[in-house]
Amino acid sequence: MARMLMKGNYASVYGAAMAGCTAYYGYPITPASEIAESAAALFPKLGRTFVQAESEVAAINMVYGAAGSGQRVMTGSSGPGISLKMEGISYCAGAALPCVIVDIMRGGPGLGNIGPEQSDYNQVVKGGGHGNYRCIVLAPASCQEMCDFTFQAFELADKYRIPVFVLTDGVIGQMMESVVIPEPVKELPDKSDYAVFGTPLNKNLVNSIYIDHDDLENWNLELLKKYKAIEKAEVKFEEYMMDDAEIALIGYGSVSRVLRTVVDDCRAKGLKVGLFRPITLFPFPKNEIAALPGRGIKNVLTVELSTGQLVDDVDLALSGVIKSDLYFRLGGNVPSADEISNKISELYGEVK
Amino acid sequence: MKKTILKKPKGFIDVYKHKAGAEKDRTHYCPGCGHGILHKLIAEAMEDLDIVDDTILISPVGCSVFAYYYFDTGNFQAAHGRAPAVATATSRANPDKVVISYQGDGDLAAIGGNNIIQAANRGENIVVFFVNNAIYGMTGGQMAPTTLEGQVTTTTPYGRNTDTDGYPMKMCEVISQFTAPTYVERVSLHDAPHIRKTRAAVRKALQNAKERKGFQFVEVLSTCPSGWKMDPVKSMEWVKEKMLPLYPLGVYRDKGDEARVINRPVPIMEPATVWEKLGISADADVDFPRGDVPEQYKKMSIRVAGFGGQGIMVTGQALASVALEYGYNVSWLPSYGPEMRGGTANCSVNIQDGVIGAAEAVKPTMLLAMNRPSLEKFEESVVPGGTLIYNSTLIDIEPTRTDIKVFAIPITGMADELGNTRVQSLVNIGAYAAITGAFRVEDIVSLLPKLFKGKKQAIIDLNAKAVKAGFDFVKENF
Ligand SMILES: Cc1ncc(C[n+]2csc(CCOP(=O)(O)OP(=O)(O)O)c2C)c(N)n1
Repeated sequence: MARMLMKGNYASVYGAAMAGCTAYYGYPITPASEIAESAAALFPKLGRTFVQAESEVAAINMVYGAAGSGQRVMTGSSGPGISLKMEGISYCAGAALPCVIVDIMRGGPGLGNIGPEQSDYNQVVKGGGHGNYRCIVLAPASCQEMCDFTFQAFELADKYRIPVFVLTDGVIGQMMESVVIPEPVKELPDKSDYAVFGTPLNKNLVNSIYIDHDDLENWNLELLKKYKAIEKAEVKFEEYMMDDAEIALIGYGSVSRVLRTVVDDCRAKGLKVGLFRPITLFPFPKNEIAALPGRGIKNVLTVELSTGQLVDDVDLALSGVIKSDLYFRLGGNVPSADEISNKISELYGEVK
Repeated sequence: MKKTILKKPKGFIDVYKHKAGAEKDRTHYCPGCGHGILHKLIAEAMEDLDIVDDTILISPVGCSVFAYYYFDTGNFQAAHGRAPAVATATSRANPDKVVISYQGDGDLAAIGGNNIIQAANRGENIVVFFVNNAIYGMTGGQMAPTTLEGQVTTTTPYGRNTDTDGYPMKMCEVISQFTAPTYVERVSLHDAPHIRKTRAAVRKALQNAKERKGFQFVEVLSTCPSGWKMDPVKSMEWVKEKMLPLYPLGVYRDKGDEARVINRPVPIMEPATVWEKLGISADADVDFPRGDVPEQYKKMSIRVAGFGGQGIMVTGQALASVALEYGYNVSWLPSYGPEMRGGTANCSVNIQDGVIGAAEAVKPTMLLAMNRPSLEKFEESVVPGGTLIYNSTLIDIEPTRTDIKVFAIPITGMADELGNTRVQSLVNIGAYAAITGAFRVEDIVSLLPKLFKGKKQAIIDLNAKAVKAGFDFVKENF
């Protein structure tokens, strides 16, 4: 075991390095800058590429170039920078290029602030750029997961030839925890069927244009098939004290940690509260959430650092079968466990 | 009479298989368009320099968006203006290949202006062929940054007005301001002698690229009969009469033999070497045996608070680092929000077995207050039965809580006595060890070289003294 105390942002880059990521292209932004900084520190030691791009727009297009060249490649940013990357991510999706994007969400809209929020949910989980596309979105809630999920993001990206987001907020990016560094990958997948190496046997084309309408329709249907396959195979979630629960708290990232404390506090008071934490946001664990009423859940409380972006997906899954409530904080404020417990008493005082 | 068959250069694909529709033997360019001529010069040069199989071409957005139909190379199609960014990464990934960024003037000088400037300034190992046709061809003839003063386009229906639209941009002049570029030349396609000069420039740029000699930039004054609404012959004349005076031809930069060969490192992938290079080792884990820790100190949620510069963050990180070596799960979270400014700082540390929930110590089991505002702000938040350590050197009020254990320790004073205020953090760790029984002094001391990696032995020794001082003070006074 190789155990180190490190920030979530660093852990993500260690995960990338172990996953065989050979190139990092990024532009600084708080609270994600340490991702670029740690890549700048680590990658040259490994003869790998680090470039501080001139903008997030440039960075994501460099990612496109590197991914199309068959590299495992990564970029990291936050809110405003993620907005700027959207066109490039759409190109990556359209050209079916695998890449990893880490988003350490901050407060918005506009320049907002550098406190933790989860307000990039819609733009990241629903596609965000133009066109019909999805990215796989993994939502780590600890530094170990920052490392592990970034590692897994590269595997998923290559498995499906798709951009994969590691989506979390400033709390997870900035906090330190002990991280067990995984073994470096031994072998990287062969990409000679699509990547461009500039060799006689590999005159591939990386492209997202389909001028013919039928061709583009068919390509979109291909992509759709891929997203359906991902929805079938890659859903991940975590449950805590859900077996006999009557109230389910739903939240991801740093919020899910607070919710775990809430569950402990509520259980100590005899309240049957459990935690359902989506780990993949696309694919969203909609079947599992739809199944909650059948498991004895009477109420669902979604807690998020956004004004109801996650709860939209929760509600879609529940389709009105049981009552669904929302509690949120914004602007860099993180709800305390007590605050949420009070909300639970206020909403469901009668539940025991 | 023998018939000469004009051979298609090897740089072109035989049958344009990527081209949509039936006409897979001819290009999509309009008659008299400069792109077609330049394509041919590039394809011939690639054949003659024997680099067709070693070249990667980036097609832009613009009329040459379909350049990939024609070139028998590795091909990318890039977003509008971003070809230099794509080329940057492609070249970094394939350092021994010739990477061409082929761009129009809207693509390069307008939307991608920053990308070309930055790639030039980084001295990327790429060739840029820049087609200056003074207009947006693809989208039907709007103004480009290179559009001439007074020139009528669909978005300058009254002619380009320099008061509102600025002046034509001279990109060779811009690019040659930077130190890194190797070769910058402006050429033209308006007649046969100039096409020959363009041919030579194309070859020179590609030859340099073959030798990995950095950033090559060839601006090609070119015709757009459709966009200009002129016939091809008139277009050629227009280039000569209108564009040449404004865009002087010639070499703007040629480093010649001075040009450096760009070498890129080979990525290290071998697992053992990766760990070695990053200093990761499974042997570094310590796993100290735990002592007898009273129940109340087994699950710790600690708030450390004080002025910036009082070692608040270091104290928190050191607590987490030491606890980690006893096999505890730990978390450290710096304070967020406005309190980060105004000189105060605080952090939260959790030390426990099992999964750590909320990272912020909203209801701490222990408060370590280094100054008065911190005591005043956080004293109430400590859980009943919890612990308060406060810095009695700087805090001149008594805590009010009677339901918590209170340790008044002259932390700053002790550090000053040791000769360096900055060792306060380790005084804190020593005191924590004595109060909780969670750490042993010799264990902490043995970790100091790791905690203060790269610091002088004297600093490490001083911090060791600080740990002992903090520990002894608690043992002697409480
Ligand atoms: C982000 C974005 N904005 C706008 C466009 C539309 N567009 C396509 S080509 C083009 C202009 C290209 O002009 P230029 O680079 O001069 O090349 P030319 O067609 O003259 O060769 C524009 C604005 C686009 N494709 N993408």
